[in-house]
Amino acid sequence: MRFGQRFYLAEVVSGIVLTARHFFANMGRHIAHALGRRQARGAVTIQYPEERRPMSPRLRSLHRLVRREDGSPRCVACMMCETVCPAHCIYIVADEHPNPEIEKVPARFDIDLGKCVFCGYCVEACPEDAIRMDTGILEFSAYSRSSMIYTKEALLALEPAGADGRPQSPIPMPARRTVS
Amino acid sequence: MPRLTIDGKPIEVPAGTNIIEAARLLGIEVPHYCYHPGLSIAGQCRLCMVDLDNAPRPTIACNTQAADGMVVMTDTERVRETRRSIMEFHLINHPLDCPVCDQAGECWLQIYYMKHGLYDPRMVDDKVHKPKAVPLGPHVMLDAERCILCSRCVRFCDEITGTGELGIFHRGDHSEIGLFPGADLTNKYSGNVVDICPVGALTDRDFRFQVRVWYLDTARSICQGCARGCNIEVHTSRRRPHHAQGRRVARLKPRYHAEVNRWWICDEGRYGFAFVDDASRLTFPVRREGQAVHELLWDEAIPAVADALRRHQPDEIALLASPKMANEDLWAVRALAERLGTARVAFRVPPAAGGDQDDLLIRADKNPNTRGAELLGLDGDAAAIMADLRAGAIKCLWIFGHDVLHAAWPPAEAFEALTRAQTLIFSGTNASSVSALAHLVLPAAAWVEREGTVTNFEGRVQRFRRALDPLGAALPEHELIGRVLATLGAPVSATRAEHWFRALAAAVPAFAGMTYASIGDTGQMVSP
Repeated sequence: MRFGQRFYLAEVVSGIVLTARHFFANMGRHIAHALGRRQARGAVTIQYPEERRPMSPRLRSLHRLVRREDGSPRCVACMMCETVCPAHCIYIVADEHPNPEIEKVPARFDIDLGKCVFCGYCVEACPEDAIRMDTGILEFSAYSRSSMIYTKEALLALEPAGADGRPQSPIPMPARRTVS
Repeated sequence: MPRLTIDGKPIEVPAGTNIIEAARLLGIEVPHYCYHPGLSIAGQCRLCMVDLDNAPRPTIACNTQAADGMVVMTDTERVRETRRSIMEFHLINHPLDCPVCDQAGECWLQIYYMKHGLYDPRMVDDKVHKPKAVPLGPHVMLDAERCILCSRCVRFCDEITGTGELGIFHRGDHSEIGLFPGADLTNKYSGNVVDICPVGALTDRDFRFQVRVWYLDTARSICQGCARGCNIEVHTSRRRPHHAQGRRVARLKPRYHAEVNRWWICDEGRYGFAFVDDASRLTFPVRREGQAVHELLWDEAIPAVADALRRHQPDEIALLASPKMANEDLWAVRALAERLGTARVAFRVPPAAGGDQDDLLIRADKNPNTRGAELLGLDGDAAAIMADLRAGAIKCLWIFGHDVLHAAWPPAEAFEALTRAQTLIFSGTNASSVSALAHLVLPAAAWVEREGTVTNFEGRVQRFRRALDPLGAALPEHELIGRVLATLGAPVSATRAEHWFRALAAAVPAFAGMTYASIGDTGQMVSP
């Protein structure tokens, strides 16, 4: 540490100078913009959550399970996603489907988002296009680990994001439950 | 003994060997579906085509016997082209529903498609649809669309069981496997058709949708269902505990043994594993005083057992061993009897109902180790022990696993005998009406949770291996007896099953010279 740096005061002052320079420069530009100088642009703050940044259509957001026309899951519980998942965060239990042409259906399909690494392998592996990560929902924090587990019902209720990338579904609030 | 050359390698085989088997001896695989060494030759799938130097066209290897001077080529361009066309033909009406098919991962259609398939299908017409998810019997589910009509299952029911329930009906690409009118696939070996089905047409109803096969682990084992001692593989599901309703043993599969069970096992043995993950499993030692039940640690339970045994005179103590126990456990029982100085040791408890028997595998004696228990000198009079217990001459009884209240004995008398006991010790895998009466209950590990050997009715000593960890605090019987012996002050050096077997082989002439290594995978006959 240089001798001058040992006295924090000098560093604090230089920090305040830097911040103040940005503040006044931005203020000057915004005022100039407001007074009619169109080429002057200050730094922009997005008013989240009312405003959202545009997101890439390839963004991997919260998963959803795709529904058939009758509302039942398109998933056939083949366990490809569970097998390929590097975080082991998918839990599927298979059951018999009444229609032998479909044959298999998940009795349980849980994703533990506390473990999920959002790699998207489950979407890649799915032979039925039954799981997608296109809800646009990024806000799914919770107060407990168990409420990070999203069940089949919660995942089935989600809609894809709109054309503007904004989520169509409310952020789901899963009931408390645990992985057995 | 014809000498022939396969892919440039010379080999001499017994007369009558076909080319598939001759190639197998050289480690060369000739792909096939309909051929099975245990069944007659059908020549139906046409996949096993090989080139012979003196034949104008490829020939099926299954129905061509090796001849002197024959030159076989299994990997020429013409053979590969033939396999590709035949695979294309087999897949014309196959639904390719591998994601929902239980066979996926152990399906020969998948395996040979990856090796020999025509990757760009040329078929443009619609597939023929056939019945799906049809139960053929209590254990087998048919998906006729996936069937490639190899007819192995039909031949199995005709030739091995002789029951002939299955047939191929209709013609051309509408041919399908089905039951004859009025028949049901209820023979005692029906599960084997699932094993021999090379594709996913026949699947196991018990295993259906429980676990994907790539999650299974396997261990070599011996079926404990009867005195035959069929060689099996135990398939366990440990990686994803939420699968198969939490059951750890997913299924049992037969393992080839030329002299015991060949490729087959019976359904009773195949589905006889439910007790392993049943809710009635004993998982911790228990002391019962009147109505009060105390859970114990082993460090408390073993001294409690030793104290109870010390409290009684040697002639007041009896041990009721079980022919379901391994040789190692029985030898430990004998060591315990010698230490206690009691001669009241028996193992034969007559079953309430006589067992069925047939000429193929099933034996009337439903115990895996009756012969071993006889050879180890435990053959006392169990009925006399119970009578003496009722009369009060025996005051302490240790029962190993037997449910004496549901045996051929009058239940009221057996119940009276058990309630007269001053000390009743029970060790076993599952709770029963006897464990509910016992003063000390010791949880034993199930056979898939430990190592050991059993001696089948012919005198073949065979090893079973550990597939799982014991549930809860359960211990193998030889280990818990060994701990009791050590507490009683006996010099016990054996801790593992193999140590007990070494001690047994050194002491019992019938087992002389045997080791785990010499028993190996095929077993070893006891000395006459």
